[in-house]
Amino acid sequence: MSIQFKSITELRAMLDDKLISPLELVQESHHLADKFKELNCFITMDEDLSKKKARTIDLGKENNSFLLGIPLAQKDLFCTQDLRTTCASKILSNFIPPYTATAVEKLEDSGSITIGKTNMDEFAMGSSNETSYFGNVHNPWKKGYVPGGSSGGSAAAVAAGIVPAATGTDTGGSIRQPAAHCGITGLKPTYGRISRWGMIAFASSLDQAGPLARTAEDCAVILSSMSGHDPKDTTSLNVEVPDFLSKLNYPIKGLKIGIIKEFDLSDLDKEVQTRFEESKKVYEKLGAEFVDVSLPNISASVPTYYSIAPAECSSNLSRFDGVRFGHRAENTDDLNDLYIKSRSEGFGDEVKRRILIGTYALSAGYYDAYYKKAQQVRRLIKNDFDLVFESVDILMTPTSPSTAFEFGSKGAQNPVELYLEDLFTISSNLAGLPAMSIPHGQVNSLPVGLQLIGNFLREDQLLNAAHIFQQNTDFHLAKPSMEDFK
Amino acid sequence: MIWETVIGLETHVQLSTKTKLFSRASTAFGASPNTNVNLVDCGLPGVLPSVNKEAFYKAIRFGIAIGAQINQTSIFDRKNYFYADLPKGYQITQMDLPIVLGGSIEIITDDSSKTINITRAHLEEDAGKSIHDEYDGFSAIDLNRAGTPLLEIVSEPEISSAKEAVAYMKAMHQLVTYLDVSDGNMAQGSLRCDANVSIRKKGNKELGTRTEIKNINSFKFIEKAINYEVKRQIKILENGEKVTQETRLYDSVKDETRPMRSKEFANDYRYFPEPDLLPVVISNEEMQTIKDEFPELPKEKENRYIKEFNLSAYDAQIIASSKSMADFFEDAAKKTTNYSLLSNWLIGDISAFLNKEMIEIHESKLNSDNVAMLINRIDDQTISGKIGKSIFEEMWVSGSSPDEIIESQGLKQISDDGAIEEIIMTVIRDNPDQVEAYLGGKDKLFGFFVGQVMKLTEGKANPQAVNKILKEQLKK
Repeated sequence: MSIQFKSITELRAMLDDKLISPLELVQESHHLADKFKELNCFITMDEDLSKKKARTIDLGKENNSFLLGIPLAQKDLFCTQDLRTTCASKILSNFIPPYTATAVEKLEDSGSITIGKTNMDEFAMGSSNETSYFGNVHNPWKKGYVPGGSSGGSAAAVAAGIVPAATGTDTGGSIRQPAAHCGITGLKPTYGRISRWGMIAFASSLDQAGPLARTAEDCAVILSSMSGHDPKDTTSLNVEVPDFLSKLNYPIKGLKIGIIKEFDLSDLDKEVQTRFEESKKVYEKLGAEFVDVSLPNISASVPTYYSIAPAECSSNLSRFDGVRFGHRAENTDDLNDLYIKSRSEGFGDEVKRRILIGTYALSAGYYDAYYKKAQQVRRLIKNDFDLVFESVDILMTPTSPSTAFEFGSKGAQNPVELYLEDLFTISSNLAGLPAMSIPHGQVNSLPVGLQLIGNFLREDQLLNAAHIFQQNTDFHLAKPSMEDFK
Repeated sequence: MIWETVIGLETHVQLSTKTKLFSRASTAFGASPNTNVNLVDCGLPGVLPSVNKEAFYKAIRFGIAIGAQINQTSIFDRKNYFYADLPKGYQITQMDLPIVLGGSIEIITDDSSKTINITRAHLEEDAGKSIHDEYDGFSAIDLNRAGTPLLEIVSEPEISSAKEAVAYMKAMHQLVTYLDVSDGNMAQGSLRCDANVSIRKKGNKELGTRTEIKNINSFKFIEKAINYEVKRQIKILENGEKVTQETRLYDSVKDETRPMRSKEFANDYRYFPEPDLLPVVISNEEMQTIKDEFPELPKEKENRYIKEFNLSAYDAQIIASSKSMADFFEDAAKKTTNYSLLSNWLIGDISAFLNKEMIEIHESKLNSDNVAMLINRIDDQTISGKIGKSIFEEMWVSGSSPDEIIESQGLKQISDDGAIEEIIMTVIRDNPDQVEAYLGGKDKLFGFFVGQVMKLTEGKANPQAVNKILKEQLKK
C-alpha cells in the first residue's frame, strides 16, 4: 500500500487500523527517499536506527501518542546524537553530535521516527537551497527549479510525499518560503515557543524551529509535540502549551484579518495578485472581515534584518575554527593560519559574505550606525505590530513575491535580489511573531503560498484560520506528478 | 625632576561557586585536563548558556560590602575574538551595565589609611588554558577553567605606589575571602590583577601615557612589576622619549616587564548584547536574603572577639584580619576555654610557621580539634608549655593529634608529688657537695637542682611542683 503523499492523520489511521506496521511505514519512507534520490533532499539517512526503532514500537497500548510510529525528517541543523549533522556545510561535514536537540528529542519522545537529515542552505543562509555544500535540491513540482530555502530539503521531502512532515527552522522566512514554493503548509511559531537547544544558531534572536507538513492539522500535531519551556534555553518561553488540535475547528466568522497597506502588491506577477484576491474571497465567504492596516516601519524590514542577522551570525559562527570539531585545514603554519585556512576552506561564499557583513556591522565606529540603529528600527517594527494587533486578529500577505525559480536565475549577480525573496516573511521574525504559509493555488503550474501572521503566542488562531481554509478548499491536496524524477 | 606614579588596578576574582557561570560543570581546581567540561563549555554547535545565580549573589555581596550601587537587572554582552582556548570565539561579559557600580575600598599602608574608589565590577566567564610547552610541536588546550565565573573589579586611577597597590590587593583579598565570594587563592589564579601604570611630573593634572601589565598573581610580583615599570617609564621620559601605550607581561624570573606581541591584544572586540540570554533580574526578595545572610566583616569580628572571648584589642585585630585564621580560632574556641592561650599560640608559634611557608592556616595540616587539644593539655598541665612546642612541631609535620604524640612519645608531664619527690631525693642524695654549698648561701645552685630533675624526667616534671618540693626538701 502506498504511503506517498499521506498526511500524519491518514498514516495514524492506517497504523491504528493495522493496514501497515511501523516498520513497513519506515521502510516505505526510505524506499521513497531512495526512489527520489535525484531530488537531493536528504544529506544523511538513518536507515538502521530508524528501522530498529520501528521494530520496537508497540501499537497495542492505549492512549498512544498521535506521532507514534510516524516517520519524520529533520532539517540538518538540529543536532542528533550519533547521527551526522552538517548544516549543509563543508566545515561540519564530519560532525557527529554527542547530543540531540530538544525539539527533535521531544518529537522522538512522542514516538516519531527520524528517517534522515534534510538538505538546506548552508547554515540556513539562503532562500533557494543553492548554498548547500551537498548540492541543490530540486523542487518536486519542477526539476531544475529551486524548492526555496533555507529549509528546502524538508519542504521537498514533504512535497514529494516521502515523509508526512519535517522540521525546519525560520530566521527570515526559511520555513514559510520553501513551504510556499513546494505547495505545502509551514509554520514558524512565536520566538521562544520551541527550545533552540541543539539547533545550530544562525541568528540567535531570530531563529525559531517549526513544522513543514501537508496540512494545518498536521502542523498542529507537530507543534504540540515540539513546544514547551526548556531550562537549557533561557530564551524559551515559560508558558503553557495549549492543545492546538482542539481549537482547529472554531468558526472563523467575525475573524478580523488585516491587509498591510505598505506592501504594494501591484508590482507582483498578476497571477500572484489574483491568487491573493481569490483567497481573500474564500475568507470573506467564511465570515472573516478584512481591514486595511498600516505598519509604517515595515518597509525597513529587509535592511534591518540584513544588519542584525549577519551580525549575530558573524559571532555565532566564530566557534567553527577547526580547533575542537569540524573541518581542520592541513599544513598550517600557526594558529592564525589554522583559522584562516580552515574557515576559508570550510565555509561557502554566502556564509562568508554574511560573516563579513556582520563583522562590519559590529565593528568599532560602525556599530551605532548599523547594528544599534537596526535594533532601534526593530523595536519600532515590533511596536507597529503590537498596535495593529489591537484591532485585528491576524494579518495576511502573499508568502513570497514570486513562485519557485530556475537554479541560478536569482542572486548570481546581485545577492540582494535573492534577499528580497524574504520581503513578506522577515518582519514577523524581527517582531518574534508566529506566521504560517498555506498553499493557495498555482501560478504557471507552480504552487504559491498565502502567509498568515498571528499575534504573540497565538499560533492557535493561525492554525484555526488555516485549517478552516483547508477544510473549504483543496489547494493543499494538490500533488506534484514526480514524473521528472522517476 | 620629581615624578608621581598613577596606578589603576583591574582585579579578576574567581568566584567560589560550585559550578560555572553558564553551565553546570564543576569549577573544582586541579582536575585532569578537560574533565570539568560539558557541551556548553566546549562551545559545541547548538548549545546555549544558562545562568548560575549563585555567581550573581556573590557579586552583589561584594557590591554591598564596598557600598556600591547594585544593578538588579544584568545584561550580558559578547566580546568577540579568536583564541584557541576561547571555545565559542567570544567571551560572555558585561559591557554597558555592570552588576556593581561605584563603591570604595579602604587600604592601609604604614599606619595611614586611604580610600580607593571603585569604578565598576562586572561578571564574566573565564577562558580555558593554552599549554604551549608540554607537547613537542603542538599546543594543548585545557577547558576546565573555561566558563568559570569571574568578577572583574576596576579601580579608579587613585593608587600612587607599588606599596599601595599591594595594600589594595591585600584589602581585596581580605574582603573577598571574608565575604566567601572567592577562595582568594592567588597561586591558583583565583585572585589576579592587571595594573595600568603611568607617571607624570608632580603637580601635573594630566595623566601620562599608561602601560598595562597583564595577569599578575602574587603580592610580591605586584610590587616588583610596578616598581620595575615605574623605573622604566621614568628612564624613558628623562631621556626625552615617549612611553608607548601597550600591554606588557611581567617576567618574574628576569624581574622585568616586556611588551606582549601586538597580535595578542590588537583586537576590535565587536561587543554586542548576548542574544542567547534574557536579562537576568535579581528580585527585591533575593536582595533582602543576601542582606540578611551577610557575613560578619573583620571589624565586627574584632569587636566581638574582645567582648565574647576577652581577647586584647591587638590579638583580636590580628586574628580577625585573616578569614582563614578567624574561622580556625572560632572553631577551636568551641573546644577549649583558655581563649587567651589559644590566641597566643595562633599569633605566636602558629603564625610564625605559617609565615615561613607562606600559607594560610586552612592550607596547613593543622585542624582546630588538634590545636584545641594542645591548648587543653597545656592548660590542664598534662604537658608543659615547652613540651607543647615540640608536640606542635610534630603536629605541623604529621598532622597527628597531640594525645597520639604524647602517648607514643611518653611526653606526659609528671605532676604526681610523690613521684617528683622521689626523683628530687635521688638528686639530693647524688649531689651532697652542691647541697652543702646551697645551704651555705649559694642560692644560684637552685637552678642546677631543677636542671637535674628535668634531666632525669626528660623535661616531663611539672615545673611548679618541682620548685615547690625542691625548696621544701633542700631545707630539711
